[in-house]
Amino acid sequence: MSRAAATGAYGTAGSVARPRRRARALLRWSPLAPATILLLLFLAGPIGYCVYIAFTDMQLTGQESTSFVGLANFRRAFGDPAFLNAVVLTLVFTLVSSILGQNTLGLALAALMRRASRPVRTLTGAVVLTAWVLPEIVAGFLLYTFFERRGTLNAILDQLHLPSQNWLFTLPILAVSFANVWRGTAFSMLIYSAALAEIPQEVTESAEVDGASGRQRLWHITLPMIRRSIGTNLMLNTLQTLSVFGLIWAMTRGGPGSRSQTLPVFMYDQAFLKSLIGYGTAVALLLLVVGALFSVVYLRLLREEV
Amino acid sequence: MRRIAPMALLTAAVLAAGTLTACGGGSGGDKNTLKVAFPKDTNNKVTVRDDYVELVARAFEKANPGKKVKLIPIQASENDYYAKIQQMMRSPKTAPDLVYEDTFLINSDIAAGLLRPLDPYLGKWADWKQFEPAAKAAARGQDGRTYGVPDGTDTRGLWFNKKIFKKAGLPQDWQPKTWDEVLAAARTVKRKVPGVIPLNVYTGKGAGEAAVMQGFEMLLYGTGKDQLYDPATKKWVTGTKGFRDSLEFLHTVYGEKLGPDVSDALSPNIQTNVATELMPEEKLAIDLDGSWLGQQWQPKGGGKPWPEWPTVLGRAAFPTQHGAAPGKVSLAGGWTWSVPRQSQRPDLAWKLIETFQTKHNAVEWCVRGAQIAVRKDVAADPAYLKSLPGIGFFTGLVKISQFRPALPVYPKVSAAIGEAMEAVTSGDASPKQAADAYDEQLKSIVDGRTVAKP
Repeated sequence: MSRAAATGAYGTAGSVARPRRRARALLRWSPLAPATILLLLFLAGPIGYCVYIAFTDMQLTGQESTSFVGLANFRRAFGDPAFLNAVVLTLVFTLVSSILGQNTLGLALAALMRRASRPVRTLTGAVVLTAWVLPEIVAGFLLYTFFERRGTLNAILDQLHLPSQNWLFTLPILAVSFANVWRGTAFSMLIYSAALAEIPQEVTESAEVDGASGRQRLWHITLPMIRRSIGTNLMLNTLQTLSVFGLIWAMTRGGPGSRSQTLPVFMYDQAFLKSLIGYGTAVALLLLVVGALFSVVYLRLLREEV
Repeated sequence: MRRIAPMALLTAAVLAAGTLTACGGGSGGDKNTLKVAFPKDTNNKVTVRDDYVELVARAFEKANPGKKVKLIPIQASENDYYAKIQQMMRSPKTAPDLVYEDTFLINSDIAAGLLRPLDPYLGKWADWKQFEPAAKAAARGQDGRTYGVPDGTDTRGLWFNKKIFKKAGLPQDWQPKTWDEVLAAARTVKRKVPGVIPLNVYTGKGAGEAAVMQGFEMLLYGTGKDQLYDPATKKWVTGTKGFRDSLEFLHTVYGEKLGPDVSDALSPNIQTNVATELMPEEKLAIDLDGSWLGQQWQPKGGGKPWPEWPTVLGRAAFPTQHGAAPGKVSLAGGWTWSVPRQSQRPDLAWKLIETFQTKHNAVEWCVRGAQIAVRKDVAADPAYLKSLPGIGFFTGLVKISQFRPALPVYPKVSAAIGEAMEAVTSGDASPKQAADAYDEQLKSIVDGRTVAKP
């Protein structure tokens, strides 16, 4: 039965046609059913469970029963100086390592590599990509040995007769931010390389003929043309950076004190070391909210037309 | 036919999902395999416990044909180990049948319903009467039932390097009577033997419970009675001078650079560093540490075999703050073998505990693991008494040893103390500020059940 016929029959035999149409709609969806069910089961299920836990006082040890406590965990978070400290550090970490570091450096590398000779391009690409494919925890230990008091960085500084610093102790949040830049720049570089390759040669050339300087070309031609890539890249980078845990855990464990305790580390500390699963999960949900806020900002950036 | 298709697909999907989840969780395993979870040293060279557990497991398999023991060594820092086993014990699919529990955490895990009372077995077990009453109490829940069999205890005191002391002009039979004398000796070492760390006191969050027990509580318990928890009122104590003084001591040690470099002191690896580098390489003069330290230097299974240590190292009891009676302080702890409530094979698990605690195996463990015996027959065994130099000294400290408040909330209180120590050590807070922050945190941890003491 064709669609038109079904519509035509609506007036006279609606009571028969409607269930039939419904059945057909169901049939059309049915190939997706297994995927949907699996998604609900393995993705939505645990997320829903997490949301539930965030409103309880569940503990890993110390108490057997779990009860519903409403918004207590969230109220507690906003009254907890350690939580607020973690929020600030998370913002610093994200701003420095993702938005300023990975993003800008990735763009710069992509731009430079377009002009570079082939061997230089291959070598740089290989080095940057190696940092990216290393597992987070391995990168964490590598950079730990780099920044450590008796580590590579201080050895280099010693050679140059510069004062050595105990980086992980005096500037822990900057050290881990740098580590994240080192590790994650490759991703931005790849995205921007693709975006820059898309810019038609003529546009740049005609701007050059019109006498636009390098900086003007960057500002008025290149950046607007790759605006969408910037938005996408910023969003992915930010979300990735917000959830960095292994790197910081391996390098500083959030310390000394709580000077590099970002939200994921704080969450682990509360949920697994202090056994407060309920509170830790509430913090995780708040981290999700922070990520969502960033995403909204970037999506707006993407939507606006020049 | 057409109508059936979606239903069939749906059913298939549900079935698939069902099997998948069942697979993912793993089944309870077969009836004849026992799963045993225990901590593995973060230093791969230290295999003392691994070797011993392996030894007993193989003996058990031999004595019980058809039974298998699957070892689950968990290599993690102390605090991560606790979190890991707690997660495992929550579900019948992952719960081990036997788990090695720190007495520091056992009451918390009992309250969480993770462990199984062993009284039905203990009642029928002749060896139980060999155990010291204090050791038996260590694994008793607030419901009066016993949830674990201890395999040793430990005490704490000062280890000092006699060679360094000689260079500094300090006595070879050193026994400080007050905190000031400890600090004075450290200052002398700093002045006269440059390049050597005068004094190590564990501190901060990295060392976890080691910092709180070997470091802070050794100090606090020497400042007066019931400084942490008041058993008379059943309340936790805030605002004591002893608490601030203990933090002040740390402030002095790390502020005057008498201790290891602060970043090393706060590192999670400090315990391994002290035992395998600083002590055997003779870069540390005085170490406030546990009786088990010698196990690291055993010729077999130790992390850093060090044959000369019996002659190089001296031992002294840690003094009370101003030398008040009994003049010295020690804390006792230890570990127990426990059966998780979710274990599918508790009877078999108990049988393995019995195998661990045959007198022969118990002696073997105390000797290998540098443990202080908790069984009278082991304590009297010549093999035990000759096992390690100084074992007599540390066994002697048992009678003055105090225990941590064995309450479910203790691990959280301990975490809060670790934070106060870290804040003072890193210079983020003054002792007074850190003590005030602790008081605040304590109130929320114990739900306001606190009492202020001057």
